[in-house]
Formats: sequence, C-alpha cells, structure tokens
Amino acid sequence: MLSRVADAIYWMSRYVERAENTARFIDVNLHLMLDLPAGFARQWKPLIAVTGDETLFQKRYGQATEEHVVEFLTFDRSYPNSIVSCLSQARENARSIREIISSEMWEHLNAFFLTVQNTRPDLAADAPHDFYTEVKMGCHLMAGITNATMSHGEGWHFGRLGGMMERADKTLRILDVKYFILLPQVQDVGTPFDNIGWSALLKSASALEMYRIAFGLIHPSRVAEFLILHPEFPRAIHYCLRKADRSLHAIAGSPAGTFANEPERLLGHLCAELSYRPIGDIIGGGLHEFLDMFQYRLNEIDQTIFDTFFALRPIQKEKS
Amino acid sequence: MQFDRYDTDDFYDEMFVRPGVPRPGSILLAQILSSLSDGELASRQKAAEAGLFNMGITFNVYGHEAGVEKVWPFDIIPRIVEANEWAGIEDGLRQRIQALNLFIDDIYHDRKILKDGVIPEFVISSASGFLLPCVGLAPPLGVWCHIAGIDLVRDRDGRFYVLEDNLRCPSGVSYVLENREILKRTFPQVFEASHVRPVDDYPSRLLEMLRSLAAGRVDNPCVVLLTPGPYNSAYYEHSFLTREMGIELVEGRDLVVRDGFVCMRTTRGFERVDVIYRRIDDVFLDIETFRSDSMLGIPGLMRVYREGRVAIANAPGTGVADDKVVYGYVPDIVRYYLGEEIRIPNVPTYLCWRDDDRQYVLDHLDALVVKAANASGGYGMMIGPHATTQERDEFSRKIQDHPREYIAQPVVGLSRAPVIVENHCEGRHEDLRPFVLSGKDIYVLPGGLTRVALRKGSLVVNSSQGGGSKDTWVLDRPEN
Repeated sequence: MLSRVADAIYWMSRYVERAENTARFIDVNLHLMLDLPAGFARQWKPLIAVTGDETLFQKRYGQATEEHVVEFLTFDRSYPNSIVSCLSQARENARSIREIISSEMWEHLNAFFLTVQNTRPDLAADAPHDFYTEVKMGCHLMAGITNATMSHGEGWHFGRLGGMMERADKTLRILDVKYFILLPQVQDVGTPFDNIGWSALLKSASALEMYRIAFGLIHPSRVAEFLILHPEFPRAIHYCLRKADRSLHAIAGSPAGTFANEPERLLGHLCAELSYRPIGDIIGGGLHEFLDMFQYRLNEIDQTIFDTFFALRPIQKEKS
Repeated sequence: MQFDRYDTDDFYDEMFVRPGVPRPGSILLAQILSSLSDGELASRQKAAEAGLFNMGITFNVYGHEAGVEKVWPFDIIPRIVEANEWAGIEDGLRQRIQALNLFIDDIYHDRKILKDGVIPEFVISSASGFLLPCVGLAPPLGVWCHIAGIDLVRDRDGRFYVLEDNLRCPSGVSYVLENREILKRTFPQVFEASHVRPVDDYPSRLLEMLRSLAAGRVDNPCVVLLTPGPYNSAYYEHSFLTREMGIELVEGRDLVVRDGFVCMRTTRGFERVDVIYRRIDDVFLDIETFRSDSMLGIPGLMRVYREGRVAIANAPGTGVADDKVVYGYVPDIVRYYLGEEIRIPNVPTYLCWRDDDRQYVLDHLDALVVKAANASGGYGMMIGPHATTQERDEFSRKIQDHPREYIAQPVVGLSRAPVIVENHCEGRHEDLRPFVLSGKDIYVLPGGLTRVALRKGSLVVNSSQGGGSKDTWVLDRPEN
C-alpha cells in the first residue's frame, strides 16, 4: 500500500472519530447545563481544555460562554479541530483515496460533510440535541459502512489504528479534565449534583449504561477504572490500545507479543502496563500525572507510526 | 412535456429533422418525453442531479477561490447517434489516429514529412509540444498517442468536422461512464428498447491496452495512474479510472527512481512500476529533463523511460501533434502516410504564419474564431462575432506580434439539441468527444462525451466555461 494512501486512511478515520467525540462532549454538556440549578457556574471552559487549544480560543473568542464554545468547536472553519473542519479534512483525505475505499464510504462521508457544512448555526442552536445526534450518527454510520464494505486488509487496519489512537486520546483527555473538577467538594458529597456530574462524565464517553452494568453505583475511582482499564468497553483506553496493537501487528504481519518496528514496541509496552496495573496503584501515584505521562507516550507512538509507515523517505541518489 | 413550442431555428438539430418531426433514432425518445408531464421530467432531472452530487462527481475550476469543486451540469435528454452515422465517425477516427501516430514517430525519427516539404520544418521546431529529448525514442509498439479524445462538431450542413485532436491528456471519459449509469436509471425503458451500445467496458479495454505496453518485459506488469493530485480539475476522473481498473493512483511524490527502475513508496518499502498512465503534462514529468520548477514529476523518470524499463502513456513528445498549427496539416498528414483522403474533414483553418492567411484573418476578425496554437480548454481564444472591439484589437496585436502562435477558423454553427430549461426544452449548441485507444489495434468507444453550452446562444461548451454534458447513445442497428 502506498505510504500516502495509508496516511490518508489513518487520518480520515481519526478525523471522523474526533468529530464524533466533540459532538458528544458538547451534547452532554448542553444537557448537563439544563440540570444544574440557577446560579450555578456554567461550565464551558473544560470543553476547551479537553481540546488542548485554550490559547487559540482565548485569542479568538475571549470569554468561554456557551455560544462561543459551541461556535468554536462546531462551525469555526478556521479552527482545524472543529466538527466541520474535522469532517472537511476527513472528506479531503477520503477524496484522495477514493479508489481504495468503497463507494459507499465515500458517498456517505461526502453527503454527511455537505449536510453539516450547509447547516445554519442558528438552526442547529434551536435543536442542538437533534443536530449533535445527527453528527454522532453520521460518524457511527461511517464506521459501520467501513466495517461492512471495505476488506479488512492493510488499509482497513490503518483506518482502525487511526480511529483507536484518536479515541484513546479523547477518553484520556475528558477524564483528565473532568475528574479533578468533579472530585468531591466537601459540601457536595452525596448531593444529586455530585451524581449528575459523574454521570455526565460517563455519558461523555458513552459509558454510563455500560458502567452501570459493570459496577452499579457511581464511585470516582471506579469511574476512572472503567474508562482506563476496562478490557471490553470500546471507549476504555485499554480496549482502544489493544485494538490498535492488533491492527499494528496485522499491518506488519508480526506475531502478537513480539515487535517488528518501533510503534509496535512502544504500544505493546503501554498495553502491558494497562493489563497489569491496578487502579489503586494508578490513583495512588497521582491520576493526573499518570494521564499526563500517558498522553505523552501516545503522542510518541503517533510520531513513530508516522516515521515508520508514512514518512517519505529521502530519495537515494542513483548511481549513474 | 410537449415539443410543439420547440424551435430548431436554422441550426442542425440532433433530435429533430424539423419542429415536431424527430429523427428516426429519436422517435422513441421523443414519444416517451412527450408522455411525461413537465413536472415529472423536471423531477427526473433533479433526481439525476442529486445522484451526481451524492456520488461526488465533481470537477475543479481554476481561479475560483471558494469551493473549488463543482458538480458538472448534466442534461438528462440523451444525444442519439444512429448506427450508420457512427460507423462513419469510427472509421474516420481510426484513420486519423493511425496517421497521427505514424506522423509523430516520423517526426522523432526520420522526419521524412519535413524533408519532403509537406510541412515546413519551423512549424515543428517551434511547436511547444515538440520535445528535443524525445528525438530517437521508440515507445513500445511504435505507438505514441495511446489515448485520444478528438472533438467533433457538426455544422449547419449536417456534416461532422474535427475541431481539435486532444492527444495529450484528454479528460471526460469518466463522465461518459457516469452519465450512462445515471441515464440507465432515468429512462430504463427507452434505453432498453433503443439498443444502445454499451460503454462500460472502457476501463477494461484501457487496462488491457496499458498492460500491453509492458508485454515481453514483464509477465504481470504493475500499472499506475499518475495524477497531479486532488486539486487538479480532472482529479475525480483519475480516481474513478484507477478504481475501475483496480490499479494504484499515484502522485509524483509517491514515485522514485531507484536502481534504474521507477518505484513507488509503500508501507512495505519500494515496489516496481512498469507502466505509467500519466495525466500530467510532458514538461512536468521529469525535472532533470524538462521544467526544473516542477513539483509534480519524478526526477530521473526519462532516463528509465529511455532505457525501456518503464512505459508511459501517452508517450512524452506526443503533444507535438496537438499543436493547432499542426492540426491544420492533418489532411496532408493523412494523405502523406496513408495515401487516402481524410474522411472527417477539419474545420477550415487559417494559419496566421502564412502571409495571405494572416491578412485574411486580420481583415475578418469579427467573423472568425481565433485560437492560441498551444492552449486548450477554451482558454486563450476569441470568438470574433461575440468579442468587443477592444478584445479584437488585442488579438490583432497578438497575431501580428506572434503569427506562429495563432490560428483562426470560421464560426461553426454547432448543431443543437433540446435541453431542459425549467419546465420546457430549448435548443443548445453541443459538440462530441469520442475516445480512441491505440495499442496493438485501435478501439473507438461507441459514444463519447457530448458537451453542451447551457447558456442560450453560447458556442462554448467547455466545463470551465459554463458547459454541461449529456449522455451519448450510439444505436446498435439501423432504425427503419
């Protein structure tokens, strides 16, 4: 497979995953705001914190009001990680590899992007839940079409690798930002707001229902455990990285548990750590420090994926 | 939809002999169209457009900042070409391509046609498509132009003429195939009853021809299509064709010359490439040989090509025959190499380098179409009757300063056909671009791209200048 093509599939998939996560974060936050009592501080800033683009936002919009944050994260064409920009880039990538992906994938992504692009922000604001649901479903449909119509060969694995790396990153960020905001303030412990907040965090990762099945009552360290370590929940970091690892091995053809290249080595190492480290140990050592280091290592893996598979190698001078 | 208000004016109409009387091959179509209500026809037109939009069938327009992609306007009323008429076209195109290939090969080898004084030497040496580095090269099978898209027009007299040869990287074939897909859904019954010759096998014929260029060198050649990238106006087509043929779509940066071969960079290292169907111009192919500022090409490609380790279609240097001054000599070229008279004539052409022709052109600028010898796509031309005095003065100056660079032709009263305009039909001018493949033998795709000028009265059909397209139906047997 051409390096450029592998790169395009990887990013197409990452951008769709990114758009879906952003839509979900906004949607959950809009709901959360409805449940908070009057006078309670509107919490829109953390959503910007999740993107890691606070400085850019600050410069362009100033106050983190609902209107500003929603505009920035959804419709701002000049912000590369807004939903509409993500879908635009996903589509541009798809456009450059139309002969590799299935027609169904292209036609859906193309029509989906055009619909979102042509949505008037004021109309989306009138029925935000409908709009963000449409975005989420559009992204899920893309994933479903991809799974059902594209051969699960090298290209598909690059796509899944990109999607899983992105998803792990997003779960990690939302957990990192929200966990510390939500950690019990003495006066809030046991109040309904406490529960609402943690539920919202789980919902932000589509995890509330699955969490209830696994653990029942909401408890902060259990929430962290579920989102980081759960081996079966598809948005848990551990799950994402194991799938990413499996795709890497499928791409290189190397046996599980071994490594043939740098990203395999780093990712294998990270998966092993998640497999054998209990949550108490992680929290004991400082959850934020853990997540921060983890983020760094994810970036490192992303860089080695680029170096190993996508980077255009320097042209060798031909002997004449 | 009633055609009672439809007027053919004094143009040749592709569908009607005269108002109310359809041509034999179009009787069935006219009946069906007449049986549909105005609203129904408009809604079928809308459905077809929506289909194209969702399939993402687009082209890029240069010079438009916002939204580089456009959906090419499409009219659902097909253009019908009857079987006997098509036989004549096919025959004429074969003759033309055969002669042009002999001509190009001669130009880069013995130059007999120049020595015999049929074409002045300077016409060739000053043609921008003539490439000195290609002198003496021998492309596989001796064929230079593998894919041509020759533009035909029909004048008021009902005869077809060749307007342009398009021998370099002609585009539009993807629209032929996609338009057909859409029309089969739009008018399934008429389509079936009309016995239309299929076009769907074009991609496999193209692939077969491309593979044949590596015959004798490798058993299972790796064929790729080289594109300038997603921002090229024909990118959609490049992607479409690779998908249909199941080959890799590559950009210049994907390819590299290594150990004497052209290779593509893959996730598993370098892979050898045997045949390149290039959709970029000659001069961008290799910065070592041609333009040193090209970002699109592959340094060293021409060395590998010269050594016969990669085939390129169309062969570099083919563009020499695409010069509009050379076009003026095609009837002589056919006579010289084949000893035959040309079967589909050229539009009468004045070559401004000839003193008499130039004087005539300068005296009749208001009645002629002036074209730059090396431009295409509707760029660099002036339609005298529609031009302002200022534009005519400008071209007059250009012609006198650079007579070799201009040709002129009378305005062809392009034939018309009905197109849907809101709830009724109006006549619009159109041309026809059939596609011709040359390898071991010559194949002419039955049909081709019918381009139609959607603006009322306009004679310019190019997509970049507000043109649209129609499906072209070549009928399989003569109608009674």
